[in-house]
Amino acid sequence: MNPFNYSRSSAAAGAIQSLVKEPQAHLLAGGTNLIDLIKMGVVAPERLVDINPLPLKSVEKTAAGLHIGALATNSEVADHPLVLQDYPLLSLAINAGASPQLRNMATVGGNMMQRTRCNYFFDTAMPCNKRVPGSGCGALEGYNRMHALFGASDHCIAVNPSDMNIAMVALGAVVHVRGPKGERTIPFGEFHRLPGDHPEKDNTLERTELITAVELPASAAAFRNHSHYLKVRDRSSYAFALVSVAAALDMDGTTIKGARLAMGGVAHKPWRLHEPEAFLKGKPATEATFRQAAEIAMQGAKAYRYNKFKLTLAPNAILLALQTASA
Amino acid sequence: MKHDMIGDPLNRVDGRLKVTGGATYSGEYKIPGLTYGVLVPATITSGTLVSMDTKAAERAPGVLAVITPFNAPKVPGFQPGAAKPVKGLKLFNDDQVHFNGQPIALVVAETFERATYAASLVKATYKAAPFETDFHKNFDKGVVPNEGKYKDYVRGEADAYKNAPVIVEQDYMLPSEMHNPMELHVTIAFWDGDDKVTLYTKSQGVIGSQRAIAGAFGLDPANVQINSRFVGGAFGSSLRTWPHEFAAVQAAKLVKRPVKLTLTREQMFTLVGYRPLTIQKIGLGAAADGKLVGITHESHSQTAVYEEFTENAVNVSRFLYASPNANTRYKVVPLNVGVPAPMRGPGEATGSFALESALDELSYKLKLDPIELRLRNYTYTDPERNLPWSSKFLKECYQQGSERIGWDKRPAEPGTLRDGEWMVGYGIGCGAFGAYRSKTSAKIKLLPDGTVNIQSATSDIGPGTATSMTLIAADTLGIPADKITFELGNSSFPVAPTQGGSQTCSSVGSAVHDVCVALKQKLNSLAGLPTDSTAAIDYSSILQKLNLPVLELTQDSQAGDEAKNYSMYSFSAHFAQVYVHPLTGVVKVKKLVAVVDGGKIVNRKTASSQMIGGAVGGLGMVLTEEAVFDDRYGRYVNGNFADYHVPVNADVPDIEAIFIDKPDPIINPVGSKGLGEISLIGVAAAVANAVYNATGKRIRELPITPDKILTTT
Ligand SMILES: Cc1cc2nc3c(=O)[nH]c(=O)nc-3n(C[C@H](O)[C@H](O)[C@H](O)COP(=O)(O)OP(=O)(O)OC[C@H]3O[C@@H](n4cnc5c(N)ncnc54)[C@H](O)[C@@H]3O)c2cc1C
Repeated sequence: MNPFNYSRSSAAAGAIQSLVKEPQAHLLAGGTNLIDLIKMGVVAPERLVDINPLPLKSVEKTAAGLHIGALATNSEVADHPLVLQDYPLLSLAINAGASPQLRNMATVGGNMMQRTRCNYFFDTAMPCNKRVPGSGCGALEGYNRMHALFGASDHCIAVNPSDMNIAMVALGAVVHVRGPKGERTIPFGEFHRLPGDHPEKDNTLERTELITAVELPASAAAFRNHSHYLKVRDRSSYAFALVSVAAALDMDGTTIKGARLAMGGVAHKPWRLHEPEAFLKGKPATEATFRQAAEIAMQGAKAYRYNKFKLTLAPNAILLALQTASA
Repeated sequence: MKHDMIGDPLNRVDGRLKVTGGATYSGEYKIPGLTYGVLVPATITSGTLVSMDTKAAERAPGVLAVITPFNAPKVPGFQPGAAKPVKGLKLFNDDQVHFNGQPIALVVAETFERATYAASLVKATYKAAPFETDFHKNFDKGVVPNEGKYKDYVRGEADAYKNAPVIVEQDYMLPSEMHNPMELHVTIAFWDGDDKVTLYTKSQGVIGSQRAIAGAFGLDPANVQINSRFVGGAFGSSLRTWPHEFAAVQAAKLVKRPVKLTLTREQMFTLVGYRPLTIQKIGLGAAADGKLVGITHESHSQTAVYEEFTENAVNVSRFLYASPNANTRYKVVPLNVGVPAPMRGPGEATGSFALESALDELSYKLKLDPIELRLRNYTYTDPERNLPWSSKFLKECYQQGSERIGWDKRPAEPGTLRDGEWMVGYGIGCGAFGAYRSKTSAKIKLLPDGTVNIQSATSDIGPGTATSMTLIAADTLGIPADKITFELGNSSFPVAPTQGGSQTCSSVGSAVHDVCVALKQKLNSLAGLPTDSTAAIDYSSILQKLNLPVLELTQDSQAGDEAKNYSMYSFSAHFAQVYVHPLTGVVKVKKLVAVVDGGKIVNRKTASSQMIGGAVGGLGMVLTEEAVFDDRYGRYVNGNFADYHVPVNADVPDIEAIFIDKPDPIINPVGSKGLGEISLIGVAAAVANAVYNATGKRIRELPITPDKILTTT
């Protein structure tokens, strides 16, 4: 850990200004990820801009859907009556992550921005292109049991570790951000990126931008009665996903009117399954249908030495999540 | 001994302090002028330190000293030819690096943060040498340890199993497992002049620590004060005095101020031992009726290049079952890794996993119930030493455990029982652990108000030692427990053994018993009664009558020839009911029943807690725990609490602890044989065997994570 400056920001404009002025300034929300990274020597900020005083904590209904402030904590969101009523998938996903203590501190913005848990990223004595571009990928030929099946590159095979993100992408959330040039929105599915040649970039947020909110569309409430978040992990709680599946169905009797499906633990970004979703539409909710959807989902999967089991686990998890959601 | 109160459930005498934060742990003492030490780890895995640049660190704010091999004051016990040479790694004594993470410097500063930052500024230049950390690659480099009990053992004919009608021959693998107690390892050290030092340190044995520090620094042990009143778990990781403890003492001497040195979680993966990666081969041969013809048990486990670590992995196969032929072979493979240490249940838990898994495999080959197979090979005397058992109620363990788990619901055909979408199975795993008793001394003080204080330099790493000792004293003296205080964790108290090997109740309990008897005798003679009079004593008036301010006695207590004439063991039978999900490979243990013949149970309440704790340790061993090494770098890749998975509450099922609770008539006056290790020994096999019963998948490499269920056919 290096010595750094600390300041608190009570206006979004001020926080953004700090980022513009100091290239080594970092925003601090719940601190549950950033502080660890500083302690491990993975990140060495010159300034921490504490954004907790910003008025970005509210969760409220809008014409478009549900507006969730970037500083709302993970627990507040998971337990919020409107979330539980209209978007139970999000609540399930958040509660499948971390521990109650962490969720009490963690924020929506921080959760979206959390870095990968790849062990090579965390250990400064081993190579990692995400931490030190050009140093090599320790995981590629190393212990890659937790790593990606989809969309990886030779530079990085890490996965995005968030549970919340999987539900957000499935529900078609929209990210609201603000930067020096003003505000813009980013569809959740385009917020995180694949590693390609630049694994050091996790997402499409500019360094000087601040996430202000995430919005869930009103239309996604159609899935409220048939959704499930399945997280398969090495112990019953407090472990990252080996594979997770967010499944949400809009059912008409036993027929699937619409489907949303996304996987976690398999890619550098929350992995939305558009083709299986399209396939499921209009089909009967049977095991055979679900198996076919899972098969489509697995096209293009590529495993490494230690994560081959995910080729079996992922389609099984899709099947089980869909079965549970449809029940 | 009459056992009026022994066995009654008594709440922990220090429970309130522990749950309210009133208990002060070693790292929490506020010593005036305290400074902070932070270790700098080597980032190569083998080689020589060529030079170190400590200038930036020394100039950093608040730094008092940077100790390296190039400037460290010599520790007498580290030098060749020392009177009491220190075993193992000697920090800052030479320029050799034996493993990745080995400390190469210690920074001392005014605050922990400043020391941590300065430590990051220390730069080292190395001459790296080739290294070996890959156990599998170096398997053939295993050597037979020097100590006698690790030499090859043969009873009857070696490898006789090969010629039997029914054979099992399999390898079983256990990864390295970390003790990972919640409390980090920590030492506070300060000197008084040049010849006196005091430590607050995480220790399972304050007398052992005292001797080690005195030996290393050439001090009179009486001038070394060790305090370790509360320990936040240790599981064997504090059985010895580790390099960082010597380093704290060395640093305190140099800066002439108290130094506190706390290991990080990551450092605890390399500097305070672990259960070593072990591959075992079991050969079992049986006649068609299930009678064993031969048992062969071989083990290879990893050790460090700079120190040999051994444990009783194969020994259980010599005596747990009757077999005319039995042989064992034990080897260790030296690697560029930190040295292992005994971890709860130590080698016996490792060995039991292999033997009891193989026995389960044999039961299916014979189409015999696993309990029936064990009964057919039951032994009423110790076949290894040809001696009677001091006591053995393992049959009773089988019987009570099978009733409680619902063994009658176990399907004879694996993979045939379901509950909804889950596959259900049952398993048994057994074990034994030596019942020991070491020489122990205790001091008793009776005050005129009738209260009693007892002191002994034992420890409490969790079992509730003070509580059970209070009960033994209450029982022996015939007074209420609330009149008694028991103190431990202080090296100026009378000598007691290190808390390890499940011997505290037996050893310290005997000393407490004996010192209480001595007090009663003394009071009888003061009252003019025959010393062995059993007439009731009025403790509160007797001193007043005699006008004595205090009556104080110290008593030694030790075993006689019992261990020469008897084989003394605690025995366990663990039962598991597991659910396995066919799609996700997730294993959920639904119920565990731990049945133990540990002799007399002194306090049912703390004893049950100890059994539950051990069972949870066993769950970690079988389902979640694995320290993963990257052999390209010689580093652990999951050296933290997020990625190294100890079981969480949600993993822990209903655990029922059942005690046979029959006093052992031989081992000691209390009749208690010990529980600490046996609580874990056998759990892994019980669960692994239940997984097979549920799924038909035999997983011989721990831990049984979902991937293994899915990829094993
Ligand atoms: C032991 C452990 C286990 C965990 N297990 C899980 C798990 O199972 N599943 C899971 O999903 N997560 C898990 N987590 C991760 C946890 O969810 C994240 O640490 C948390 O969500 C981060 O939120 P925060 O507010 O604390 O972020 P911080 O640590 O404060 O910040 C993280 C990053 O986000 C940036 N940031 C924060 N807010 C904004 C904003 N408004 N705009 C722009 N940038 C911002 C910061 O600059 C920083 O780079 C675990 C964490 C730990 C420590």
